[in-house]
Amino acid sequence: MQRGSGGVADRTFAALMLGCALSIFAIVALILGILILRSRLSLHEFGFSFFLRSDWDPVRGSFGAVPFIWGTLASAFLALLIAVPLALGVAVFINEMCPRALRTPISFLTELLAAIPSVVYGLWAIFVLVPIMRRSVGPFLKKFFGWTGLFHGPNFGIGLLTASMILAIMVLPVISSIARDVIKAVPNTQREGVLALGATRWEMVRIGVLRNARIGIVGAVILGLGRALGETMAVTMVIGNHAAIPKSLFAPAYTLASVIANEFTEATGDLYLSALIEIGLALFLVTIVVNAIARLLVFMVTRGNTARAV
Amino acid sequence: MPHRPSRANVGRRQAANHLFSVLAILSTVLVIAPLFAILVYLLFQGVRSLNVAFFTHLPRPVGEPGGGMANSIVGSGIILALASLLGIPVGIGAGIYLYEFGGGKTLANAIRFTADVLNGVPSIVMGIAAYSLIVVPQKHFSAFAAGVALAIMMVPTVTRTTEEMLATVPNAVREAALGLGIPKWRTVMTVSLKTASPGIITGCMLAFARVAGETAPLLFTAFGNQFWPASLNEPIAALPLQIFVYAVSPYDEWHRLAWAGALVLIVLIMVSVTLVRVVTGRGMLNGGH
Amino acid sequence: MVRGVRSVVPILLSCALLNGCKSSQQTGAPAADPGILTINGAGASFPNPIYSKWFAEYGRLHPNVRINYQPIGSGGGIRQVSLGIVDFGASDDPMTDAQLQQSSHPLLHIPTVLGAVVPVYNLPGISAEIRFSPEALAGIYLGTITFWDDQKIVADNPGVKFPHEEILPVYRSDGSGTTFIFTDYLTKVSPVWAKQVGNSTSVKWPVGIGQKGNEGVAGMVREAPYAFGYVELVYALQNHMTFGLVRNGAGQWIKASPAAVTAAAEAQADTIPADFRVSLANAGGTASYPICSFTWLLVPQQSADATKGRQLHDFLLWMLSEGEQEAAAMGYAPLPRPVAERLKNTVASIR
Repeated sequence: MQRGSGGVADRTFAALMLGCALSIFAIVALILGILILRSRLSLHEFGFSFFLRSDWDPVRGSFGAVPFIWGTLASAFLALLIAVPLALGVAVFINEMCPRALRTPISFLTELLAAIPSVVYGLWAIFVLVPIMRRSVGPFLKKFFGWTGLFHGPNFGIGLLTASMILAIMVLPVISSIARDVIKAVPNTQREGVLALGATRWEMVRIGVLRNARIGIVGAVILGLGRALGETMAVTMVIGNHAAIPKSLFAPAYTLASVIANEFTEATGDLYLSALIEIGLALFLVTIVVNAIARLLVFMVTRGNTARAV
Repeated sequence: MPHRPSRANVGRRQAANHLFSVLAILSTVLVIAPLFAILVYLLFQGVRSLNVAFFTHLPRPVGEPGGGMANSIVGSGIILALASLLGIPVGIGAGIYLYEFGGGKTLANAIRFTADVLNGVPSIVMGIAAYSLIVVPQKHFSAFAAGVALAIMMVPTVTRTTEEMLATVPNAVREAALGLGIPKWRTVMTVSLKTASPGIITGCMLAFARVAGETAPLLFTAFGNQFWPASLNEPIAALPLQIFVYAVSPYDEWHRLAWAGALVLIVLIMVSVTLVRVVTGRGMLNGGH
Repeated sequence: MVRGVRSVVPILLSCALLNGCKSSQQTGAPAADPGILTINGAGASFPNPIYSKWFAEYGRLHPNVRINYQPIGSGGGIRQVSLGIVDFGASDDPMTDAQLQQSSHPLLHIPTVLGAVVPVYNLPGISAEIRFSPEALAGIYLGTITFWDDQKIVADNPGVKFPHEEILPVYRSDGSGTTFIFTDYLTKVSPVWAKQVGNSTSVKWPVGIGQKGNEGVAGMVREAPYAFGYVELVYALQNHMTFGLVRNGAGQWIKASPAAVTAAAEAQADTIPADFRVSLANAGGTASYPICSFTWLLVPQQSADATKGRQLHDFLLWMLSEGEQEAAAMGYAPLPRPVAERLKNTVASIR
């Protein structure tokens, strides 16, 4: 890029644009600042032990974030476990197998899934997904996978597993649509090369496509993770909202975002409110860390890819 | 190593191939099925509940017929207009800086990262922040506070899309303009932005669609109002907020209005998403990041 | 090439602006009228149905006053009115002395109506109205009673054949006045509960699952067999849910109704302090329903804006004379006459 010879106007313009860009810094700094300021009571009271304590008792003013951190991580991880294979399946189907006429409608439909507001997903989950989990999926899992120890205890249809399912449905479009773009970007010569060696279609996809597209796929998964961590309304409606570390996938749990959504309006004590804002701060910091890891991962994978390109 | 394909090996490879095909088709069906279930359920509940009064009347107390959400629809319109007015110029400006001036510099990378962080801030946290930063010092809830909260949520999407779209403008075009002696600022505004405009509009629409359904940031900023919006400095009604209040109420009549509101909200969002797709041929998700 | 270049942003913005302008045209007229006074209030969601009816009717009688009430929750109401962000608050949970001291201006508690909390359950095949003793209610939420055929439940319900199924206790996950009324009652009747859990708008529940709003709790109980929960009487009546009887302090089995709630308030009337901050949980009297409470408006003794203060004063007088008559029809209990009489003096002091 070259610099034009614009003088004052150019410099003003550049400064103005820089101002816009810097305002992003300012906004994040302000948010961080106000969160720290408003949670200082709790920060002062509990210190770092806030993140090691598992007690959440508003009556006695004893607060700890462990059950929420646990619930957030567990539900997001399970959601990805369900969503990633499905999303990849859809992406591969659309790009490699789908009749041309079906391609646009299917990808458009998956995008509509992303446009539905969270609260609507929650309503649907309560009336449709929860009964299915209670009557069919739950008993099935208990019968055939009960030996894993993951499915003991009563199954009421509400709990960690159901929350992960609705989260999976919500992150699916994000992952699948980015994976689709990435897979589409793999040059056809790669596919032809593998096919020419006598590979079946599956081998072509595995060797020729997925291996080349893995950077983008990792990025897509991390984006899905970011979304799953901060999701509020739908999860709140089906996770059971019980502040204890769940002992089974059927047991109720709680997430960072849900506890804020549930209790922020009613928190009357200053310490209580402060503890809730500290939960908000924790959520904020977690998103920063996840973003940092995502960038690092993509960077590492990119480097690895150039080193041993197929 | 010489390799002789055995019948068993070919069989296994073909089996794997079939299994893969079945799994890919199955996953597509599994993804499409819930979407249909959700849409059909929502359409059914919403269409049953919609009527003309919904669009023309103010909310009424329980038991009085003909209540609607007209003020919430107008209120949402005002909040979203304000958010777009504040958020889009900043987002586009930041995008221009990143591509046209920032390049690969450390500062630009830091800003990109910060924008990603901002994009990841859960909306409920944004609600707490907007309340503490604007409502408490001003001593009143306002449409303005709600507009600012949503504007902040729009900025990162607009910024990243603008940068991405500017990157698709061939450098030759810029160089040609600069070569003619046109100053850089005019080159950016008249050449780069123009060429990239369909993509940038897409980004703006996406940002709009994303914040349109947000409830949490409005709870402690817009606050809600039973009356027509009168000033930006007063509490204002908003569609997602009214849906939320009615959904947890004890009355069937209010639930009916909540479903109708949800349908209107989704139609609004889907129309903008579809417009984006029809106008620019780009999707909702691949535009955003 | 240059034409329309800068139109990217303006097009979008003008669409947005146009939208905004159109709406302000529609609404500009009332805004321009300086005679209209808007009073903003926030707080408890439990009395929202009757408040919205009152404010709408009052607005019709006085076209120059608009009272905008938002049901953001009792705690929110206390906080916002204490900070002076809204003109009045509302709560199902009376403010503590510490909270009153922290408020930026003196606040009055104005009781408006009374409500009750009732036990609801889902027992497939059982149509009888189940009786719940205070011990049974506490035991279910403490986790000491885990099966429906527990002796503590069976003994009070002769003739009902309970299944040997696990109870699923459901509670309000959002902080709520309903939870306060229910846990306030459990604290009074169960020493173990008082020691282990206590009373608040949200508590540390020993067992169960949390659901958001009356909606969430009722929906869960309706959907899940063998579930048990607590909801507001208004909610149960409105949705035709069967609810259980509770044994009151006098040993009588009482089914909740506006009359049984008023009875509790009347039995307690002499002990209500001058500032009306009182708990009606487990009130005496043979006809009293034991799980009930007043709900209060939190009104500044002296509003920052004198006009608003005067209007609040006028509204409260109207509420006492006219508004109260509509309470029973909506499932709330009106204030007992002696309380209403005393309240008139308090209202008279509002500036």
